[in-house]
Amino acid sequence: MSLDRADVAKIAHLARLAVDGDEADAVARDLSRILDLVAQMSVVNTGGVPPMAHPLDMPQRLRPDVVTEPDRRDDLQATAPATEAGLYLVPRVIE
Amino acid sequence: MSLPLHERSLGQLAAGLRAREFSSRELATHYLGRIARLDPGLNSLVTTCAEDALAAADAADARLARGDGGPLTGLPLIHKDIFCTQGVRTSCGSRMLDTFVAPYDATVVARLKAAGTVMLGKANMDEFAMGSSNETSWYGPVRNPWDPDRVPGGSSGGSAAAVAARLAPVATGTDTGGSIRQPAALCGLTGIKPTYGRVSRWGMIAFASSLDQGGPLARSAQDAALVLQAVAGYDPHDSTSVDAPVPEYAATLDDGIAGLRVGLPKEYFGEGLDPKVRHSVETAIAELRRLGAQTVEISLANTALAVPTYYVVAPAECSSNLARYDGVRYGHRCADPKDLSDLYERSRAEGFGAEVKRRILIGTYVLSAGYYDAYYLKAQQLRQLISEDFRRAFAEVDVIAGPTSPTTAFRLGEKAGDPVTMYLSDIYTIAANLAGLPAMSLPAEPVGGLPVGLQLMGNYFAEARLLNVAHRLQEATDWHRRVPPGCE
Repeated sequence: MSLDRADVAKIAHLARLAVDGDEADAVARDLSRILDLVAQMSVVNTGGVPPMAHPLDMPQRLRPDVVTEPDRRDDLQATAPATEAGLYLVPRVIE
Repeated sequence: MSLPLHERSLGQLAAGLRAREFSSRELATHYLGRIARLDPGLNSLVTTCAEDALAAADAADARLARGDGGPLTGLPLIHKDIFCTQGVRTSCGSRMLDTFVAPYDATVVARLKAAGTVMLGKANMDEFAMGSSNETSWYGPVRNPWDPDRVPGGSSGGSAAAVAARLAPVATGTDTGGSIRQPAALCGLTGIKPTYGRVSRWGMIAFASSLDQGGPLARSAQDAALVLQAVAGYDPHDSTSVDAPVPEYAATLDDGIAGLRVGLPKEYFGEGLDPKVRHSVETAIAELRRLGAQTVEISLANTALAVPTYYVVAPAECSSNLARYDGVRYGHRCADPKDLSDLYERSRAEGFGAEVKRRILIGTYVLSAGYYDAYYLKAQQLRQLISEDFRRAFAEVDVIAGPTSPTTAFRLGEKAGDPVTMYLSDIYTIAANLAGLPAMSLPAEPVGGLPVGLQLMGNYFAEARLLNVAHRLQEATDWHRRVPPGCE
């Protein structure tokens, strides 16, 4: 499986990860090599094998729908890059 | 002459504290002195917490004086910097979290804190635990105390180097594809990756959530058992934590192993295994036979597919987990973003290193429309087949033994330029994560002055059995007592 610069640009956009023009070729080469490794999976016929998403066969646990956490907004926002009046700041999205 | 403090087991240290031979403050001071002297040459810690450590030691001394301490009260340790520690920078080895001070303690940290342990610092690691050599850290590579030109393994490389160099008697680590066992092997330590769900993942920064599991790196199975005892068990904060009783690991350490059935997977002794490592592992297995174990050749037929399968499953989960780093709520944020997309894309490009980016991109690709069935679904089916291999094996044997890593510690830079070669160094450790089984590494006979790891894998929740077998082997051998040059 060989990826080119255009493939990398598309995947990088989906991942919201800027990839510079001058690193795109090296990234395409590395990703292609990893996909070659992964392609070894195709030697096994897995028809009818149930997929395993998780090591333990357990259902998702449920709990009563009640508040269990105290309000720690100030603590949690202390580590944020930019906040104001308890809100997270981002570049303007609505003109 | 009495044993130096840094050569004593956790049990011996706890006894010394109780007998007032030394205080927890003196013990912490002793280790902090070793860190100041030896760590500049190793880079095993990203943060040293001298002041907090001494305060915790004083609190432990007060507790011991009241007579209400437990088996770990007053004992120092180091946490891998993937575990959130309230009020202490938790970087995960990444520029992304270089300034992140965790607002809460991971369950593993909280339990060890409640037990009275004294945190000396936070260990260096591969960025977001992605690596097998500790060379992907934003804080620079860690050096192996056995040979500073060689890697300590990864991703828990800082934890392993620190314990091997006697900078702490024990450290925590995490293991997603071998990240406790491989560095334990390369640094001559005993490390255990518990059954998936045995140890809470709450506050353990996520890489691949269906594979990640925390555990200790120690100098003996006995020490590892004590620490595992303190961290194992149900935690309502982790939805995959298993609500089942935790056995008393120390109670069965001394059990005999006569008649123990040990499976030797033929796929773990074939091409790719360094003949000297093979010889050392076989010597350790012969010792198990001398102790009464019976060995039988078994087959784990899909072994060769574990690495390819892992490099779909782990990146897929990584790409999803690491989507949270968006430069908004915490972590690195780029300067002067021109719009929201620019904020996301540049913050992530600047905050993540090359290996993390590769895995995010691979994961994004295999989950994208049109490729999902060929990659992700296929990998989940192979994961089922790999797990079935183990299910069949454990119908016949009690434990599985083999090498942890195909080679001894490799040189810094030797594999750093080639991701695929690096990935293949985890060929023997990844399958246990895919199946969710407990597995450990303990020292076999070193070769050429470098440690070798014997891997033991067990059935689900068979940690007590693994620790028992390891302890019996360590009672009969001295491979785990070797000290790196300059660390005496």
